[in-house]
Amino acid sequence: MKICVLVKDVPDAAVQKRIDPGTMRLDRSGENTLNPFDTHAIEAAMQLKEGGELQVDEIVAVTMGTDTAARALQKAVALGADRSVHLSDASLAGSDVCATGLALAKVLESESPDLVLLGQQSDDGECYTIGAVVADHLKMPSLTQVIDMKVDGDKIRCERQAEYGYDTVALALPAVISVGDAINEPRYPSLKAIMGAKKKPLDSKSAGDVGIDAGQVGEAGSQTTVLALNDPPQKEAGEIIEDEDTAETVEKIVAWLEERKLI
Amino acid sequence: MAGILVYALHDDEGNFNKNSLGALSEAAKLAGELGTEAAAIVVGDVSDDGAAGLGKYGVTKVYRAKNVPEGLAQPIVDAMAKVIQDNGYTYALFGGGLLGFEIGAGLTARLGAGVTMEVTKVKVDGGKLVSERPILQDSKIADVGYVSEPGIIIGRLNAFDVVEGSGTAEVVDVDVELSEWSTKAEMITRGEQRGADVDIEAADILIGGGRGLGSADGFKDCEELAGAFDNGAVAATRAVVDAGWYPYAAQIGQTGKTVAPKLYLAVGVSGAIQHKVGMQNSENIVAINKDANAPIFEFSDLGIVGDLNKIMPKLTEAIKAKKG
Ligand SMILES: Cc1cc2nc3c(=O)[nH]c(=O)nc-3n(C[C@H](O)[C@H](O)[C@H](O)COP(=O)(O)OP(=O)(O)OC[C@H]3O[C@@H](n4cnc5c(N)ncnc54)[C@H](O)[C@@H]3O)c2cc1C
Ligand SMILES: Cc1cc2nc3c(=O)[nH]c(=O)nc-3n(C[C@H](O)[C@H](O)[C@H](O)COP(=O)(O)OP(=O)(O)OC[C@H]3O[C@@H](n4cnc5c(N)ncnc54)[C@H](O)[C@@H]3O)c2cc1C
Repeated sequence: MKICVLVKDVPDAAVQKRIDPGTMRLDRSGENTLNPFDTHAIEAAMQLKEGGELQVDEIVAVTMGTDTAARALQKAVALGADRSVHLSDASLAGSDVCATGLALAKVLESESPDLVLLGQQSDDGECYTIGAVVADHLKMPSLTQVIDMKVDGDKIRCERQAEYGYDTVALALPAVISVGDAINEPRYPSLKAIMGAKKKPLDSKSAGDVGIDAGQVGEAGSQTTVLALNDPPQKEAGEIIEDEDTAETVEKIVAWLEERKLI
Repeated sequence: MAGILVYALHDDEGNFNKNSLGALSEAAKLAGELGTEAAAIVVGDVSDDGAAGLGKYGVTKVYRAKNVPEGLAQPIVDAMAKVIQDNGYTYALFGGGLLGFEIGAGLTARLGAGVTMEVTKVKVDGGKLVSERPILQDSKIADVGYVSEPGIIIGRLNAFDVVEGSGTAEVVDVDVELSEWSTKAEMITRGEQRGADVDIEAADILIGGGRGLGSADGFKDCEELAGAFDNGAVAATRAVVDAGWYPYAAQIGQTGKTVAPKLYLAVGVSGAIQHKVGMQNSENIVAINKDANAPIFEFSDLGIVGDLNKIMPKLTEAIKAKKG
């Protein structure tokens, strides 16, 4: 079987993220990296493959993004994917969740995966929704925020936390599963894997290649529009203590608590 | 007919979720401003009285899909898509939680609809709804409008207040044909409580422990610190509950409890939005975190940048000594 893992290229954690007020889009000009939440999805795919209960023939990393996304794919391959697919097209710029989900579903369709894995959220858009959007387009069962997967015959038994506690749900394959960050501890890529990643096949696809109608994606296909960007109400800044001398720090905390009659 | 359709989630005993009730109240208010009506949709085993009783929150109609199971998103997408299409609803609204994200996302795909999430406020502008959507770790708020109908609005936990009045709603039973793929997920167990049944809601002082504690053992130090206060208890983040370090009953946040104690002292907690929404109304917030850039410092009254392993034991001792 084939597992496709959706991975996203996002601004590095060290970059101060900002919206470009001209385009109302995220400024992506700084250093980018593989969305850290997606490393858990790759690791989950690796564990299914290594677990041996399913015959996993291939793990394919799939992204939609600009040129720099190729580096995120390379990282995904270094972490274990066998090859990667890069959907990139000027018509995709400015896609919202509705448009992105459709585009990703189209590129996934061209791969006919038996299982699609993705991260719980992107570190930039934080929309938490792509998994369920893609699943409906692909007409596959799905679940998000999954923290445990077990192969159970021809099904995958998933656990996740929802409103009332932990749910256990069995999904028939093919399925779309977004994994929570508690599902595993992603491995570090070996030097050999990092060096080898550049040699693994990377397919570049345009929107037309996978049958995406340009009117349904990008700004043209997006169904939301950002009308304004405002600052949140200002909250009085809290007091900050840098702990240098712990005895002194503790004295300050105790005094602060006493002042507020909390002790 | 225009209008707003709200999904009302319920547990296995038929109790409606507080965030859903908040969404009903919000929808009723917005519908009033738009000159239209708000309706609810419920699935599964909901009694006539239970369904009609949602009228108390201002909805005039409640669609009930008895053959659609509660708890998994995709069958509910089938039900909501049908009701929206048959009756021309122009917005779908969800209270904070988890299922609303999945159902809202499914509707986005099914209906080619725009979606906003983590919405903290909805306003009416020129006869349309606009969502206030905090972005980039709550550093900005985007006003987002919808290009087409319907618009999908997924609220943030506790964003909408429950307003209870009188009134009953008309109950309309709907027959929904499930999509083939909606029947391929099967709920084996729902709402399992993991770990001890601890009570954190009555505490005046909560010590909130996070992944920074390093292991389940770290919670012993938290319990000692909580014990040093009068009426103290220990709370936790999802990260540590998922790791099995502390009981689910102690979890604060989007898929846990909402609390507002006199003091919330967070140790080794980063302050993710999903945690913040469950404790931001605490009277006093103190955080100990070794990372000066941790988001929790953005909403703490007192922040201590340092190693919790050094600070916590000494703090416990000092508080015990104070009390004598
Ligand atoms: C600050 C900000 C706020 C936004 N708010 C909204 C909004 O309210 N409504 C809206 O419709 N759009 C919004 N967008 C646009 C939206 O983020 C993009 O359409 C995005 O590509 C999909 O959302 P996400 O990455 O946040 O998805 P999530 O649902 O958070 O991502 C989950 C997973 O999906 C996969 N994934 C996501 N994008 C890609 C990709 N391009 N390639 C491969 N895999 C991917 C990854 O595995 C990821 O872990 C916003 C964008 C930004 C930057
Ligand atoms: C749909 C959804 C629902 C969610 N629901 C919830 C929810 O209900 N509740 C919830 O809490 N989360 C929830 N989350 C998860 C949330 O996004 C965060 O992942 C989680 O809150 C992080 O937990 P944490 O702060 O313990 O861990 P981390 O984010 O890993 O933070 C650990 C912190 O400890 C600090 N630290 C490490 N070592 C030390 C030390 N020695 N001394 C001092 N500080 C140290 C680090 O600097 C870091 O800031 C949800 C997420 C999603 C997507």
